[in-house]
Amino acid sequence: MAPILRLDDVHTNIAQYQILHGVSLDVPEGGVHVILGRNGAGKTTTLRTIMGLWKAREGSIQFRGQDITRLSTPDIARLGIAFVPENMGIFGGLTVEENMRLATHDGSFDAARLARIHAIFPAIAQFWQKPAHALSGGQKQMLAVSRAIIEKRDLILIDEPTKGLAPAIIRNMIAAFREIAAETTILLVEQNFHFAKALGQTVAVIDDGRIVHRGTMAELAGDADLQSRFLSLSLEAH
Amino acid sequence: MTLNTASLPARIRADIDRFGGVLWLPVLLAVIALLLIGQPSTWATLTIAGLAMGMMIFLMASGLSLIFGLMDVLNFGHSAFVTAGAFIGATVLAWLGFWVTGGNPALNLAGLLLAIAAATIFGALAGWFFERVVIRPVYQDHLRQILITVGALIVAEELVLLIWGGAPIPVPRPAVLTGSIVFAGVSVEIYRIFAFLLGILVYVAMHLVLNRTRLGLLIRAGVENREMVEALGFRVDRLFILVFMAGSALAAMGGAMWAGYQGLITAALGSEMMILVFIVVIIGGLGSIQGSLLGAILVGLMANYVAFLVPKMALASNMLLMMAILLWRPYGLLPAVKR
Repeated sequence: MAPILRLDDVHTNIAQYQILHGVSLDVPEGGVHVILGRNGAGKTTTLRTIMGLWKAREGSIQFRGQDITRLSTPDIARLGIAFVPENMGIFGGLTVEENMRLATHDGSFDAARLARIHAIFPAIAQFWQKPAHALSGGQKQMLAVSRAIIEKRDLILIDEPTKGLAPAIIRNMIAAFREIAAETTILLVEQNFHFAKALGQTVAVIDDGRIVHRGTMAELAGDADLQSRFLSLSLEAH
Repeated sequence: MTLNTASLPARIRADIDRFGGVLWLPVLLAVIALLLIGQPSTWATLTIAGLAMGMMIFLMASGLSLIFGLMDVLNFGHSAFVTAGAFIGATVLAWLGFWVTGGNPALNLAGLLLAIAAATIFGALAGWFFERVVIRPVYQDHLRQILITVGALIVAEELVLLIWGGAPIPVPRPAVLTGSIVFAGVSVEIYRIFAFLLGILVYVAMHLVLNRTRLGLLIRAGVENREMVEALGFRVDRLFILVFMAGSALAAMGGAMWAGYQGLITAALGSEMMILVFIVVIIGGLGSIQGSLLGAILVGLMANYVAFLVPKMALASNMLLMMAILLWRPYGLLPAVKR
């Protein structure tokens, strides 16, 4: 089956610094696919380049066979790609409801879908009329993810959703992401290997702006040698 | 049981905020002024004059605050729209001389409203042109924004001089708005009441647009995080044009109102007002309409009270007010964005 997203030899610069040095990656349709890598390896840059927030200098990005390399960010979003940035991108001065409403195409909610989101993330219903800045870090992350799924998207790009979250919230997130992945494709950037392992079907390891390993998550999770080679980690230690 | 671990100053601040917080500052200023002035009738006259002046400055400042907040554009050319609005308003009032100065109150008001409408429409169209030609090439570059908008301001002022000449131009005031009414010994200019009511009307309209419409929701979100608004599928550049046009239109409307208030205008009117406008934007906080209103009222009241008490300190008093507020709240009183 053709991948939903294909990156072919993507190079990206931020100012005079080259961050991506030819990233090539196929993201299969459905499920959770993970990009792992150390800090500064190019994970966030990859997601932002897909989203058009930073433009690729070379190479191409195809979504469902359509070249989106030169499209503007709003046009990319309208194709059905949602983005949850590392800082969550919450509008703190707006209420939870307003944050959610902004993510709908016409300002109205699908009641059944909203009820499902409330079931996945009860805090969203509980704080519906509260200003988003009053939410805790975990609740803000729930809001960011809820906003990404308030309408059907084909692909959701999520950047380090577990950063700074308590273990109990991370466990809830795993359950929530499994449910979300049943209807959409998730491309997840993570540093938390346990979280990534619990969710990912495929994995790509990025280092110094290049993909240095790709394969199934089961393969990486089961091979301590691969982990220490590409992630410099011992699974037992985590 | 919840243990309140907040420090005493933090709890005091939270309590103050719960009961309106900084919104009480104009009241505090008015009470202090009453104690210093002593005479209630003089104080009331000055207070109403300050509120009217504040509302006119609010018209000029609110657009600039949104432009700063949403677009991150330092538009030093904003005063050109104030000047243009003043001259266009004055010209239309002069054209409609009989309407404006005749004995029919309805025609008086129609003449004034037409003048304000002409200035506002011109402001919106000029704002569209200004954003396309002058601002668009310098987004993300503050130094160039300052240089090019100051340059555009000089060009605009020269154009005003070319069209209307260098001599001060008298502005006919509608007959129905001339004179004062005296109530309980307090004399109030009718024009000031009109300016105050117009300012309130504009504030309510802006408040409703920003808080009750999808466009307003997008603008408020864009002020906080433009990139995320784009990632949700919205063209922020189109929002920019709308906001710039609205900001310029409001500046021109404020200019037209100020022209009627002053009665005599020159090409330097906008530049003279810009000091107060920038003080209001900084005091109020970037991107906040409520902050602009609060800042404008404080500036208007302060200018009038101090002009009565210590005339030589009138402008300096607002500078001192700005410094005091910035020392207390570095992002202004009610900022929508902190940068």
